[in-house]
Amino acid sequence: MTTEQGVRTSSMAQALNAALRDEMRADPAVHLLGEDVGTLGGVFRITDGLAAEFGADRCLDTPLAEAGILGTAIGMAMYGLRPVVEMQFDAFAYPAMEQLVSHVAKMRNRTAGGLGLPITVRVPYGGGIGGVEHHSDSSEAYYTATPGLHVVTPATVSDAYGLLRASIASDDPVIFLEPKRLYWSKDELDTTAPSEPIGRAVLRRAGRSAVLITYGPSLPVCLEAAEAARAEGWDLAVLDLRSLVPFDDATVCEVVRSVGRAVVVHEASGFGGVGAEIAARVSERCFHHLAAPVLRVTGFDIPYPPPMLEHHHLPGVDRILDAVAKLQWED
Amino acid sequence: MTVLDHRPTAPVPPWLPDASGPRTDPAPLLPDTSPVRVLGTPALAKYDPELLRDLYRRLVVGRRYNQQATTLTKQGRLAVYPSSTGQEACEVAAAAVLGADDWLFPSYRDTLAVVGRGVDPLAALTLLRGSAHTGYDPRATRTAPLCTPLATQAPHAVGLAHAARLRGEPVVALAMLGDGGTSEGDFHEALNFAAVLNAPVVFLVQNNGYAISVPLTKQSAAPSLAHKAVGYGMPGRLVDGNDVVAVHAVLAEAMDRARSGGGPTLVEALTYRLEAHTNADDATRYRVGEEVEAWRAHDPLVLMERHLREADLLDDATVARAAEEAEAVAATMRAEFHAEPELDPLSLFRHVYAEPTPQLMEQAEQLAAELAAEQAGAGA
Ligand SMILES: Cc1ncc(C[n+]2csc(CCOP(=O)(O)OP(=O)(O)O)c2C)c(N)n1
Repeated sequence: MTTEQGVRTSSMAQALNAALRDEMRADPAVHLLGEDVGTLGGVFRITDGLAAEFGADRCLDTPLAEAGILGTAIGMAMYGLRPVVEMQFDAFAYPAMEQLVSHVAKMRNRTAGGLGLPITVRVPYGGGIGGVEHHSDSSEAYYTATPGLHVVTPATVSDAYGLLRASIASDDPVIFLEPKRLYWSKDELDTTAPSEPIGRAVLRRAGRSAVLITYGPSLPVCLEAAEAARAEGWDLAVLDLRSLVPFDDATVCEVVRSVGRAVVVHEASGFGGVGAEIAARVSERCFHHLAAPVLRVTGFDIPYPPPMLEHHHLPGVDRILDAVAKLQWED
Repeated sequence: MTVLDHRPTAPVPPWLPDASGPRTDPAPLLPDTSPVRVLGTPALAKYDPELLRDLYRRLVVGRRYNQQATTLTKQGRLAVYPSSTGQEACEVAAAAVLGADDWLFPSYRDTLAVVGRGVDPLAALTLLRGSAHTGYDPRATRTAPLCTPLATQAPHAVGLAHAARLRGEPVVALAMLGDGGTSEGDFHEALNFAAVLNAPVVFLVQNNGYAISVPLTKQSAAPSLAHKAVGYGMPGRLVDGNDVVAVHAVLAEAMDRARSGGGPTLVEALTYRLEAHTNADDATRYRVGEEVEAWRAHDPLVLMERHLREADLLDDATVARAAEEAEAVAATMRAEFHAEPELDPLSLFRHVYAEPTPQLMEQAEQLAAELAAEQAGAGA
C-alpha cells in the first residue's frame, strides 16, 4: 500500500490516516496504541490499514483502560518511542486524566528537562453528530488549563494532515483534538505542501467589520455566518486559531487591532472556557483599538444535551450574527 | 507454599488485628473452573416450573424487544442500539433475581435488564433514542441510569450497597459489566472496595467475547474473568451465560450470600453477542461468520425452549401466550416511536442544579427569546 504524494481530494479522516502512515514510515519510533485501533482501524477508521502495514506491535490494540493506555505510553516515551494514543471519544479520556495531569504534563518540569514526553494524544471531540451521552463533550478547557501540554485542533483537511505530523514530531506532549463532526468534510490535500507550524493562527477570511475568532468544529459555522453577514452589509473576518496552546497572541492582536471588533466562537460551555481566556487577552492587549467589548458565542453552561436537542445548544449562524449585531456599528 | 504463607505470624503488629493468616479463606473462592449449567442436566428438576416458565416468557419478550429496537435504528427512529441479542439469558436472569428493594446498575447494553425490572419499555430507551438522558426515575425504580463510561457504575454499586448495610436494610446491588469493562481501573477498585467493606454487591460480567473489535485474549491473560475475584478476596463464579436457569441460580446464590452478610461475589457469564457492537459497527471486520453460527446453535432461547419441552415443562399454550405478549410489546414500541417525541428545548436548563444559577436563568431567557423569534418568523 502506498500513499501517493501530492494533491488529491481527501476527507479529514483520510488526511489523519495519511499523516499517521507517513509519520510511521518516516520514523520507526512512532507507535500507535489504543482501543480498537488495530484490526478494526478505530471506530472512526483513522487508523485503518496501519496494523496491516506496520504490524500489531506498532498499531496496538490495548486492553480497555485509558489510564493504562496513557500510563503505558509514558513509559514507552521514557524509553525513546514516540507514542500516539487514541482516546476513543472525548468523554472516555477522563479515566486517563490522572496520568495526563500529574505525569504527561509535568514530567519535563519535574525532571528539570531530563525526561521529555513526545506523546500525541488524539481525542475525537465535540458534538453535532447525534451521539448519545458522553460522546459529544468539548473537553479543551481541561487541557488548556493544564500547563505542560500543547493543545491543537485542526479545522481543515490540510491542517488535519499537517498539524498531526507536526504534533507527532514535537518533543512535547500534544493533545490533538479532532473535531469529529468534520471527519467526513472533504477538500484538496497536498501532502507535499509545507503547513503552518503549531502555534500559529491563520486568517481564513479577511474582513473589515469584525473578526470571528474560532477553532475546530466552529470554523465552518463561522465561515457560513460571515457569508450570511454580507446580506446585512457586514464584512466579517474569520480567524482560525489552530492551536490553543501555544496561543498566537501576535496574529490575534494584529487582526483585532485592524478590525476593532471581535467575537469569540466555540461550542464548549462559555463559563471558564477557552473563549474567556481569549477575550481577556484581547482586552488586555488591544483595549485602545477596540470599538466594542469582545463578545463570546458558546454552548450553554449545561451538560451536553441529548442529541435531539443538541442544535439548541450548539452555536449556529443566527447566534453568531446576533452577537455581531450587538457590537454596535455606528462609529 | 503460597505467597500468603509469607505473612508475618509473630509478633502480631498491634495495627494489624489478624496478620496470622489470609483474611479470606482461599479455598472456596474459585471452587469450579467449568461453567455452571442447569439446562439439560438432572438439576433442572429442582426448579419451580412456574419460575422456569416465567424465565422462558421473559426470554421470548426480550428477544422480540431486541429485534424491534434494532429495526427502529434502521428506520432512524432510535439513534443507536447496542443489542443484547444472544445475551438475553443474562439480562433476563439479572432482572428476575432482584427483589423490589434491590438496586440494578446497568451498562448501556442492559436495556433488557432495566425493562425486566419493571421500567417502562419506552422510558428505558430515551437515552438511545436521543430524546432524554435517563427516561425513568432511578429512585422509584431502584435502577441507576444506563451507564456509558465503562465500569464507572461498579463503584457506585459498592457505595450504595455499603450505605444500605450501614442503615441495616437488606438491600443488594447488582452491577452489570462487559468483559472489556473489566480492564478499567474502576472495575478493580470496585472489587477491592467491595471485598474490604464486605459490601452486599454482586458483579455480573457478561463475557460476550468482544469489546467492540477486541477479543477477550487481548483483554485479559487470566484463565477466566472469574479468577479476578480471587486476588481481591471474594468468590468468583463461572456460569454458562446462555443457560438462563444457570445464570439465575448462580446469581440468586450470590444475592443470598450478599444479603445474609457474606459479602460480594463476581459472576462471569460466558455468552456471545450475536449482533454487531451497535448498529454503527461492522462486525465482519473482526470476526468470522462460522464463529457466530456456532454460537447461534447455542442460542439461549432455543436452549431454554428445547430443554423445557424435553422435560415436559412447557406447553403450547405457554409458548403462544409468550409470543403474544412479545408482539404486544413490539407493537407498543412501534406505535410510540412512530410519533415524534415531545421535546421542550428549555428543559436543557432544568436539573443542571437543584437551584438554577443566575447565569443559567439568563441563558434560558436567551433561548426562549430565540425560540419566540423563530416562531414569530415562522408565523409571518
Ligand atoms: C471509559 C470508556 N472507554 C471507552 C468507551 C467506548 N466503548 C464503548 S463500548 C466499548 C466496548 C465495551 O466492551 P465490553 O465491556 O466487553 O462490553 P460489551 O459492549 O461487549 O457488552 C468501548 C470501548 C467507553 N464507553 N467508556
